[in-house]
Amino acid sequence: MNRIRTSLLSLASVLLIAGATSALAASEADYKAALAAAEAANKQAAGVRNQWTTTAATINAAKKAAEAGDFDKAVASANEAEALAKASIFQATSEKKLWKDMEIR
Amino acid sequence: MRPAIRFASIGLALAALAYAAAPSATAADAVDPVADAKAFKKYFTDKFPKVKLEDFVNGPYSMDEGLHQQWQEKEQFPPYEFSLELGKEMFSKPFKNGKSYGDCFPNKGIGIRQNYPYFDEKEGKVITLELALNRCREANGEPPFSYVKDEMAALTAYMAFTSRGKPFDIKIPNDPRALAAYENGKEYFYTRRGQLNFSCATCHVQSPGERIRAEVLAPALGILNAMPIYRSEWSGMGTTSRRFTSCNSQIRGVPFSPQDDEYRNVEYYLSFVSNGLPISGPGARP
Ligand code: HEC
Repeated sequence: MNRIRTSLLSLASVLLIAGATSALAASEADYKAALAAAEAANKQAAGVRNQWTTTAATINAAKKAAEAGDFDKAVASANEAEALAKASIFQATSEKKLWKDMEIR
Repeated sequence: MRPAIRFASIGLALAALAYAAAPSATAADAVDPVADAKAFKKYFTDKFPKVKLEDFVNGPYSMDEGLHQQWQEKEQFPPYEFSLELGKEMFSKPFKNGKSYGDCFPNKGIGIRQNYPYFDEKEGKVITLELALNRCREANGEPPFSYVKDEMAALTAYMAFTSRGKPFDIKIPNDPRALAAYENGKEYFYTRRGQLNFSCATCHVQSPGERIRAEVLAPALGILNAMPIYRSEWSGMGTTSRRFTSCNSQIRGVPFSPQDDEYRNVEYYLSFVSNGLPISGPGARP
């Protein structure tokens, strides 16, 4: 479990750093691009029948922040939503094989 | 760090780790439902040697003696009584066209719950009892009921009640589509999903009897025999559709629409592997 944690932390920091570089003074255009990417990824997740509730919630948070004029926050949330959607797609794809390991035989 | 990011990474990292570690499954594995059902029963009876096979149908109440006591007390004044009465009344009341539910089912719908879901070879799909009830309504010019609300629960409660004690008798006809539906249901059952990266089996195979928040997890063996159920937490009745969708949302997965193929197939799978265990519905839960 400890091993898993460590790898998570490093993965998470990669995500954070990636988010941070673009998070300085984001514009409305940045937000729109980030939102479009998140929505496209979530649509793809629906295509593989595996959306996460948190993706939609995080997209909503991005929209709320944008409405309030906080584009830094809006972009950060949209990026996070995209990461969630991509993780759900990854999960669906890898489970296509992995489910068998859990089967009672 | 935002919790959502951390969770996303957990999902990713776990998936990545598991992916690396997994021996790849052989695609040529033959589908053998009878062997599956045998292994399924053995798994649970080995894990809970004190629980009698037919008692698994009592869900969380089968898992612990204190709970079992509670169950017996509850059965004296069952909280589903109201729903059962309503279902009985609805069932016998004719539609506007003079027909009634009984006309849509074998044996007028009495004592047949144990045969659902079945595979319809004409349509090439699994037909659940809830679906058959709504189709019956529509065929008779009545609007369908919500799959997650009280009317559907009442009808299925009554139909289950008239079938109490009858062993699940799910058939898989000799039709490759039926076998595929079964296999898809099985895949759905074992597939991890949602941000928490849980499959149905994570909770109902690996952890039955354990507590999650205040609830004791039901074993997957016999998990549908008591449906529909009254739950104090819902302060009302829940259909199979309601249970499936809420089990998806609690692991942060977006549920499908009730009676989508995945749910029909997983119901087919879970019912088949519980063949031989008695119908006990409607049930009451803490
Ligand atoms: C996070 C753990 C979890 C997962 C994953 C989960 N469930 Fe559940 N499930 C519960 C809890 C909690 C209950 C209520 C307590 C109980 O009865 O087990 C429940 C109850 C049920 C019941 C009613 C059982 C009874 O006797 O009351 C059914 C049927 C069911 N789940 C099916 C499923 C299916 C099918 C899946 C996969 C789509 C699934 N569950 C995934 C936690 C889970």
